[in-house]
Order: sequence, then structure tokens, then C-alpha cells
Amino acid sequence: MSAIYILWLRQLKRYFRTRIRILSSLGQPVLFLVSLGFGFGPLYQRAGAGNYLQYLVPGIIVMGILFPSVFSGIEIIWERQFGFLKETLVAPVSRFQIVLGRTLGGATTALFQGTIVLVICSIAGFRVANFFLLPVAFGFMFLIALLGNAIGTAIGSVLDDVQGFQLIMNFLVTPLFFLSNALFPVDGLPALLKLLVHLNPLSYGIDGLRGALSQAFLFGPGIDLVILGGVTSVLLGVGSYLFSRIEL
Amino acid sequence: MIEVQNLTKRYGEFMAVDRISFSVSRGEIFGFLGPNGAGKTTTIKMLTTVLKPTEGSIRVGGLDPVRDQGAVRRTFGIVFQDPSLDEALTAFENMELHAVLYRVDPRERRGRIEKLLRFVGLWDRRGDFVKRFSGGMKRRLEIARALLHEPRIMFLDEPTLGLDPQTRNHIWSYIENLSREEDVTVFFTTHYMEEADRVADQIAVIDHGKIVAQGSPASLKERVQTVSLEDAFIALTGHAIRDEEASTADHMRQIRRIWGRR
Repeated sequence: MSAIYILWLRQLKRYFRTRIRILSSLGQPVLFLVSLGFGFGPLYQRAGAGNYLQYLVPGIIVMGILFPSVFSGIEIIWERQFGFLKETLVAPVSRFQIVLGRTLGGATTALFQGTIVLVICSIAGFRVANFFLLPVAFGFMFLIALLGNAIGTAIGSVLDDVQGFQLIMNFLVTPLFFLSNALFPVDGLPALLKLLVHLNPLSYGIDGLRGALSQAFLFGPGIDLVILGGVTSVLLGVGSYLFSRIEL
Repeated sequence: MIEVQNLTKRYGEFMAVDRISFSVSRGEIFGFLGPNGAGKTTTIKMLTTVLKPTEGSIRVGGLDPVRDQGAVRRTFGIVFQDPSLDEALTAFENMELHAVLYRVDPRERRGRIEKLLRFVGLWDRRGDFVKRFSGGMKRRLEIARALLHEPRIMFLDEPTLGLDPQTRNHIWSYIENLSREEDVTVFFTTHYMEEADRVADQIAVIDHGKIVAQGSPASLKERVQTVSLEDAFIALTGHAIRDEEASTADHMRQIRRIWGRR
């Protein structure tokens, strides 16, 4: 138990001490907020679809959570050669405790990151529809952070060279984000794209968060929770299993 | 303290370690020498539970690293070839984390950390972030950390690689001290023959995964009729330069040199 706690605490200390990384990972969501939110906003309004910012912001928050949390999982590749991971792998602590401490730590910092994005978006004009639903929003944010961490852990446990990292980001994580309902509404999409969005587990996380923040569910909170929770649990299992098989 | 019988690690067709046997007695300093890619690090990994042997048996402190993983892990301390400190934490925090992972009694933690940081001359720097430390300071901190749970065996993989002669000298005096005064068994690898000559009680020379010679430094020099251990080493392993395929670890080390530490 104390091992999980200290590994969780370590992730938090690392996060709050590298301010440059906090800033750099805020850059991308803010850029999307400004360029898409304000760039397409008028067009969206003219099309009679309402306020685009209210639609887009949950997607931007997910972006602010997903990328850093995948990254914190995938760091395993680097850390097991040059970092602290080796120290934990030879310690008399079960691999499950290590992966749990790391994942919870990574998810906590990603949740914090998502909260900062939410605050920035609120300053930019986003309105939280119902403050009583904020705990639900944080719940979905935390699940998405866990999902990202689990993906990163699974990949980081299998790859043994940092070369593969860019490949994963370009061909897995970026499509996961863009081929979801993060940036555009699903109504009237071409059939293939619509199918992809429906198959993408992240879409359910975004829908859950959007429902809680802007009160506009597409799938409904129940389905969102079941699918996101289910996929996240499976991936956490896969990630822990692959992590437990790491040899140096 | 360490007993190895017919230990083998095979990667496909490649024999990284090929039926090696040796034993290290309690309190002894054992030097494991060999050219690049000879199988030194692979052997250390198998002894320290992070790599499963293909064949053969190992006993570390009377226990089997494959079956009694947890118990074996408590008996040894290890200093890896590549750094394994958390650079975003302070020296003290790194020690504390180790104490928690190895379940050092909380009442003893502070005292032991202070004693060891003083031992390696880092007590005054305990509150500094490790990323501000020099290579030698980091290595000393890793040694102090590895001793925190009072291991009976210390594994050191190239502990002095890339350090200046003063620091190397320092580190070897710590290690000699451990063996002479604390009765800790030491297993190390190195490229520097004069160091092995100076500190090791017993030496094994490994080449192409096989042990080609074993004994005290004096007996090895006598056997191949050479003055220095360096000459004995060349006589035993040949003059050919080893061109090994770069491993992924080598590739990452290169990236690390180019981009600096994070």
C-alpha cells in the first residue's frame, strides 16, 4: 500500500516540478481552442447549430488529458533504460503495485491538466451548464486519463526503443482523437466516418464529458459509462499484464 | 553467497551466456571481466531476477532468483550501468523512496539515510535535485541507495565507467570498505583492468558467453605469464576488436548523448 502511495506521490512531485512541461502540454489545447473555437464558431452559428464553443470545449479538455496521459505511460520505454523504473523493477514490490502507483499518479496529473484547460476555456467564454454535474465531469475526465495511461503502459511495455514512439503517436493516438466526436457533431457524417466515430471508445468518454458540462448527450450517460469503463478496465488489465512481463 | 551452475541464456540462435559456472563466497570481492558484448550484463540481469535464464541453476544467498524472486530481491543491492535515479527528486527523496519500496523500518529510515549520505559525502547536498549532480555524485548516490536496506550482496555493473580517476579511486575505497568491514559480498564488472587487479579477490574472465579463466588476479597473471592483468586479459580473449551489433540500448544511449539528459 505504501509503495503505491509513494509511487503516486512521485508522479505528482515530478509533474509540479517541471513547469515547462505543464506549459508545453497546454499549448496544443489552447491553440485548438483559439483556432477552431473562434475560427469555426461563426460558421457553426450561421449553420444554425448553436454555440460551437459549448460543443468544442469538452473535446479540447479531452485533448489536454489524453496526450499527456498516453505520454506518461509510454515513458516506460525511456525510463527502463535510463530512469527510475529499473530501480522499482528490482525492488521487492509486486509489478501490480508499481503499475497501479504509476497509473494513478499519471491519471491524477492528467486530471489536473484537464482542469486547467477547463478553467482556460471558461475564461475564453465557455459556460458550464450545471455546476452540480461537475463531479460527473471529473469522473469522466479521470476515466479518460486512466484509458490514456493504460494505452501508454501497454505500448511502453512492449516497445524497447524510443523510435517507435512517434509512430504510435501518429498512427494510434492522433487518429483516436481526430476520428472521434471531439471536434465535430456526428449527425450527417459520411457513413464510414460515422462508423469509425461509433467504434472509437474515446467518443463515449467525450460524450459523457460533454453531457456533464454542456448537457448535450448523444449516446447517454449510461452507455458512455459502460463502454468507456469497460474498455478502460480491459486496457488496464492488458497494460498491467504486459508490464508484469517486462524483462530488462 | 552466489552459486551458478551451467547458466545459459539463449536468444534464438545466439548464445549470450553459454553454460557458465562459478561461485562467490561471503565477503569476497568478485570481478567479472570481459570485452564488450561478452555476456557480463546479461549474467548480472539473471542473477538479479530481471531476466529469466534459459537453462542452469542460480543460488543467490541460498535462494533461487526465478522461484523466490521477492526474497532474493531483499538480499542484494544493485548499481546499474545506466543511471536509475529520479532526477526530478532530491537526493534525500530518492533515498526515502528506496526505503519505502524496501520496507525499511520508518523509525530507522532517517538515521540510516543520514549515515549513508555521509558515507558517500552527499549529506550536505541532500536537498538538491539530482539533475544538478555530476556523474560521480550520481554514482555515489546510487551506491548509497543500494546499501540502504542493508543488503548482504552488492552488484555493480561498470560502477566507474565514465568517471575521472579521483572519483573512481573514491568509489573503490567505499567498495573495499564494504567488503572488509561490513562483510558485504561484492560482484562487479569493469573494463578497467588495473581496478580489478587492485580490489578483486577473485576474477572470472568471460568471452563470447563462456568463462575462459577463473582465479585470483595473481594466479591469472602467473598462468599466462604476464606482468599486468591487462596483458593477461588480452592473452585470454585475443586481440580482435569486437564489432557487435548495436543493441536498442546502445541506440537509446546515443540519443541520450545527443539530446542530453531529461
